[in-house]
Amino acid sequence: MPPEASTPHRDQGTPHRGTGTRQRANEISNSITMDYTIFILLLPFLSFLLLGVFGKWFSHKAAGLIGTAVLLAVAAMSYYTAYEYFFMTPRTAEGALPALMPYNYTWLPFFVQGLSFDMGILLDPISVMMLIVISTVSLMVHIYSFGYMHGERGFQRYYAFLSLFTMSMLGLVVATNIFQMYMFWELVGVSSYLLIGFYYTSPAAIAASKKAFIVTRFADMFFLVGILIYGYYCHSFGFDFNQAGFALGASMLPVALFLMFIGGAGKSAMFPLHIWLPDAMEGPTPVSALIHAATMVVAGVFQIARLFPLWIAYAPSTLHIVAWVGAFTAFYAAAVACCQSDIKRVLAFSTISQIAFMMVSLGVCTEYTTGHEHVGSLGYMASMFHLFTHAMFKALLFLGAGCIIHAVHSNEMSAMGGLRKYMPITNITFFIACLAISGIPPFSGFFSKDEILTAAFAYSPAMGWVMTAIAAMTAFYMFRLYYGIFWGTENKELHAKHTPHEAPLTMTFPLMFLAVVTCVAGFIPFGHFVSADSRIYDIHLDPHVACTSIIIAVASIFLATYMYMGERQPKADALAEKFGRLHRWAYKRFYLDEVYQYVTHRIIFAHISKPIAWFDRHIVDGFFDFLAWGTNALSFRIRGLQSGSVQQYAFVFLLGTLILLAVMAFA
Amino acid sequence: MMFAGVFGFLTRRSTLAILLSVELMLNATDLNFAVFNRMLHPEGYEGYFFSLFSIAISAAESAIAIAIMINIYRMKKHIQADGLEEMKW
Repeated sequence: MPPEASTPHRDQGTPHRGTGTRQRANEISNSITMDYTIFILLLPFLSFLLLGVFGKWFSHKAAGLIGTAVLLAVAAMSYYTAYEYFFMTPRTAEGALPALMPYNYTWLPFFVQGLSFDMGILLDPISVMMLIVISTVSLMVHIYSFGYMHGERGFQRYYAFLSLFTMSMLGLVVATNIFQMYMFWELVGVSSYLLIGFYYTSPAAIAASKKAFIVTRFADMFFLVGILIYGYYCHSFGFDFNQAGFALGASMLPVALFLMFIGGAGKSAMFPLHIWLPDAMEGPTPVSALIHAATMVVAGVFQIARLFPLWIAYAPSTLHIVAWVGAFTAFYAAAVACCQSDIKRVLAFSTISQIAFMMVSLGVCTEYTTGHEHVGSLGYMASMFHLFTHAMFKALLFLGAGCIIHAVHSNEMSAMGGLRKYMPITNITFFIACLAISGIPPFSGFFSKDEILTAAFAYSPAMGWVMTAIAAMTAFYMFRLYYGIFWGTENKELHAKHTPHEAPLTMTFPLMFLAVVTCVAGFIPFGHFVSADSRIYDIHLDPHVACTSIIIAVASIFLATYMYMGERQPKADALAEKFGRLHRWAYKRFYLDEVYQYVTHRIIFAHISKPIAWFDRHIVDGFFDFLAWGTNALSFRIRGLQSGSVQQYAFVFLLGTLILLAVMAFA
Repeated sequence: MMFAGVFGFLTRRSTLAILLSVELMLNATDLNFAVFNRMLHPEGYEGYFFSLFSIAISAAESAIAIAIMINIYRMKKHIQADGLEEMKW
């Protein structure tokens, strides 16, 4: 179906309409201008500059306070924006929330096909929702880092990078066009690189940061090609999908969208571009919580959601490919997560799996219209809902893991066990997050996951059952992790040296806050705020799906309890023994990193790069060396002409004159 | 007279003699200006004026040349052209 019917109100900035758009946006929203939204971007940027340039002269405390205070202001403004946008902005005649554009300036005009790069702020349901997610998680991480990074060298640098990341991520979600999105997209990549490599003296962290940067950069190359195809064929970089250009470029749109999806798959760690995310856990744990769990890694999901009308209208079959890629990734990551022993790795694979859930949810959409009977675009709402709830409980899980690592000074599960006595707050909040991710009501994960499963069943029962099975695996590995950390055998030897203790309030407060959010977020009538066409969409729990998923989740939790709760785990060990090879493969992440290593080093480097390097060194360089050598040799031959003797010059000059005269006389 | 100057310029070793040869060549051109003016355009005066200009310029030029020679003499205690070959390759 054509997208015109559903987004007639969407405002769009084409060149030379910067201020005009703003005026029209104002007309729509009567008196609401939302001028202050620019500060949501500017403040973190200024704090980045301040801490980045002058950080050396600040004390740790001052630097942390500046960063946190700025984030507090940003969070306050984001909440106010959300309040004003969702509750004060009048809906359009169709009952949809309008897309506002408080700012949109033409930055670089192209003079071709009316194309230009614009910079601005676009407020629509998903971008406002993302503002809340990013600023909340970022604020929590800022507070948490105060305790976690206490006394670290480079504390100011750390806060500077956090500010840079927050600014870039906020810029990404409020982008008014795909090019601005791409720019901030790269900026979040850079800040992720900087923060993964924060402990720059550790070789593992350096390798991980390079890996993350190269893999995502490789994927972003496809994103850029996709953007250029999109701009070239559709005559627009914007998100106004009812322009005529889109119908003209319809034949190329699936290609462009798929290329952009590859970029998104790189950022969102979809198989087979997920390899960087588990390694990215080398960074500080709060960074993992902020970047590699809650915000940056969902950029790929956000990108598809942003271009959703195009996907549905012009490339529905490509969208279903996305769904299957997501389903496979979810399964793969869940399988690997079941066997890892490093708690951050488990959480990393769990993140991959959950993001894949969001991808599936977007991918199973079949129609653009919404309504009580239509489930065709339920997936869009479900995906965004899950993005929201997942950001909260996964940030909680990571911050909890940070507290645990802080207490036992190790990432390995073998160093843990029996921690529930020492760390009551972490225990309870972690438990709540585990219940949420497993899909147990009334925690938030249940509601969003249930919508995803409903959408998957509506698309095809096969997809529905696959996703239900993966949800069961999720519950299983999360509780395996939970029991491994807080129950089971204590590592007496380790605890004798250093008794684990509860983290300070700066670290436990974010846990408690996020736990409260996790408890209540499920009851937000999310469909009222975010839906495929911005109209009100009432969420109905499908009793069949809900019951199935609860039963399966509870069963998996019982299974995990049976296998992992005790002091020893005979059943689990026996199973690992019995399926030794499978267990090893899953533990080694199915040797995918080795495959990459082989392909890049043995095939690409040895058989493509080396010959090219030889050609460059010997043929290309040789040619230019020959030119230089030839000039040099010739100059040596004729340098006798420049003898320094005036009379010889005069003689040569005279001779030349005579020859010229002779030539002129006889020719 | 012109070729006497050229010959002198190419063969003499003293810079002063070379300067004299240059003057000789200039005088030759001046005479030529005057003669050709008389022969080809007897009604005009451009050739005469031109030789006057040329004389003035050669006077200025020999002043500069002699100044250079004095400086060279101060540095090297001689002004022989075959001993002045520092400015090569």
